[in-house]
Amino acid sequence: MTREEVFEKVREVLVDALAVDEDEVRPEATLNGDLGAESIDFLDIVFKLEQVFGFKVAQGELFPDNVMSDDRYVKNGKVTPEGLETLRQRLPHVDFSALDADADVSKVAEIFTVDALVRFCERKLAAKA
Amino acid sequence: MRWIWIDRVVEVLPGAHIVAVKHVSLSEEHLLDHFGRDETGCAMPVMPASLIIEGVAQTAGILLGVADGFREKIVLAKISRAELTRDAMPGATLRYTAKATHQGAQGAAISAIIEVRDASDPSGPFETAGFVDLMFSFLDKNMSGLDFPADNFVFGETFQTLLRASGVSPTMSRGERADSASGR
Repeated sequence: MTREEVFEKVREVLVDALAVDEDEVRPEATLNGDLGAESIDFLDIVFKLEQVFGFKVAQGELFPDNVMSDDRYVKNGKVTPEGLETLRQRLPHVDFSALDADADVSKVAEIFTVDALVRFCERKLAAKA
Repeated sequence: MRWIWIDRVVEVLPGAHIVAVKHVSLSEEHLLDHFGRDETGCAMPVMPASLIIEGVAQTAGILLGVADGFREKIVLAKISRAELTRDAMPGATLRYTAKATHQGAQGAAISAIIEVRDASDPSGPFETAGFVDLMFSFLDKNMSGLDFPADNFVFGETFQTLLRASGVSPTMSRGERADSASGR
């Protein structure tokens, strides 16, 4: 499956799960800020990706699982270097450059983009092949 | 007012599906303020769609809850789709059939069919009245890491009464069928 085909399927999932228009789903769009995803939507997206692509997603594999509520990883409103490293290891499909520049917790939502979802699906499909 | 919008679970197969019914009665207060139209154009009290969806959610919540002995706090988190095509007037029976389409550690997705049998033909067939897709969150495993009280406030006393009356045991195992017509 080409990257464009993966993107089209991810776009269908997001249009369905978040009730957004197709043209809103751009690679750089953030799930939370631009597309209005709330916490339950992330679970909905996981279920729909599993259905569309036929792979299973483990808990915490696509989105971080309670990292932001762990005192070791967040101090004074900033993601600690240890937290950043943990996120980087757990979420290889995510581009962390926004957090490298500013590790404020409020920036975490900005790293979950449509492009990160596409990369995640590509990795899962490659592993499945 | 008791916040329970189904009258009886008529069948449940943990891990698979559940069927529940709701009888619409003119004595219910909300029917005094909520109207549709009958085939002649006259205003008629009808069951509000929001309460039908709540009934479906309660039905589906039991399906998910029975799978772990009602230990988990299971709450409706999202209405993904709701299409209602027929009204339910006083005397009608609503039937909700729900199945889990996806289930994970933190929540589940449910698809349900709503059917209605009109009071004018009490032994007649149920007719499709709509479709609902719902998302449920398991509160103690929420993605935000928030803590909730230990007491299971979701499946309270009213739910327990409903479950007993329906022959649904909290210790049912996956694949074990409860059928209120047979007392179990």
